[in-house]
Amino acid sequence: MPDFGTWSEQKMEAQMGLLLRTGVLASCAIMFAGAVLYLLRNGSERVSYAAFQGEPASLRNISGILREARLGGARGLIQVGVLVMIATPVMRVVFAVFGFARQKQWRFVLISLIVLGLLAFGLFGSK
Amino acid sequence: MNNALFSAALCAGSLVAGFVGSLTGLGGGVVIVPLLTIAFGVDMRYAIGASLISVIATSSGAASAYVREGFSNVRVGMLLEIATSLGALTGAAVAAYVPTAGLAILLGLVLLSSALMPGHIEEHKAPEPPDPDSLGVKWNLNSSFPGPHGMIPYNVRRVPLGFGIMGIAGLLSGLLGIGSGAVKVLAMDLAMKLPFKVSATTSNFMIGVTAAASAGVYLHRGYIDPGLAMPVTFGVVAGSYIGAKLLARAHVKQLRTLFRVVVLALGVEMIYNGVKGRV
Repeated sequence: MPDFGTWSEQKMEAQMGLLLRTGVLASCAIMFAGAVLYLLRNGSERVSYAAFQGEPASLRNISGILREARLGGARGLIQVGVLVMIATPVMRVVFAVFGFARQKQWRFVLISLIVLGLLAFGLFGSK
Repeated sequence: MNNALFSAALCAGSLVAGFVGSLTGLGGGVVIVPLLTIAFGVDMRYAIGASLISVIATSSGAASAYVREGFSNVRVGMLLEIATSLGALTGAAVAAYVPTAGLAILLGLVLLSSALMPGHIEEHKAPEPPDPDSLGVKWNLNSSFPGPHGMIPYNVRRVPLGFGIMGIAGLLSGLLGIGSGAVKVLAMDLAMKLPFKVSATTSNFMIGVTAAASAGVYLHRGYIDPGLAMPVTFGVVAGSYIGAKLLARAHVKQLRTLFRVVVLALGVEMIYNGVKGRV
């Protein structure tokens, strides 16, 4: 049985934890900035989500969302925060690929790459 | 209702859900969709989109606290994430063809079963003997976790069964926008015989990845509205943070019973609405 040592494993987990926390905080900060703009501009509008219309095309994909946010759109800016939130667990899997590679656990490098492929399919491959 | 008021009310409602969810250990994610549809009249598809984002937020936020304690098993988690991600992508794809009434009934059934699930799976069970034929040994999945007197080693059992149950957990998560943490704990605790703390923390770790898999699909489909995702995420994150801080001191038994009753009632209401076609 190979012994990979508890230390390196715990260190990897600790770094993953830090990565996740940073991602959540960054996402919340961006969403908060968007929320302030959104409620200042649209706070007094009437809203109803009872009928499903779906988001406009510009808020459905990465390039559209980034364009909206650059143009100063509040909903676009919140959606950038949403993207960062979705990317946070994805980054953890990317991190695991490198972490397992450093530990030379090639089987788990492959497993992490498969998970990453599935996540990428959800983000880019689906319609 | 005007937008500012609506956002504030939604944030407050989500805060309570996140607070009680983390305090009772039952998770707040499962009640977000019924809260949005029943109390706020939100279409189920928008509710699923907003719920998914808040599920990623709480999982990632809480996971960072757990991993520092060295409880979760990253290798087991990553292997099972293949099953949950596949399930989640399938669920999100299938959801497009299921009428919202069907989704409401399914969510109602999930709510009923999580309300009726035994609250405390035995926390101090004896360590399982190693099973030399299992993948646990061959793939180096066995590990150890910090106990009161140093590290306690444990073995992983029945990996294929756990993998299968995880696929179902992912499917439910992708269909309904929930974390399905309860099913994940079931797979790791009961099927794979992992120690309770290891399965709870590893499952929490996995919830974010599972939700991220279907969140991409729902984003493309226009289900994720920034005006809903924002207040729900803020509320749930703040609520679960406060809940986790209070957890050490609170007497949660009565609260857990109360929350079960609420979850049960929401389940009945979702099924009723689904049958009546009012979703």
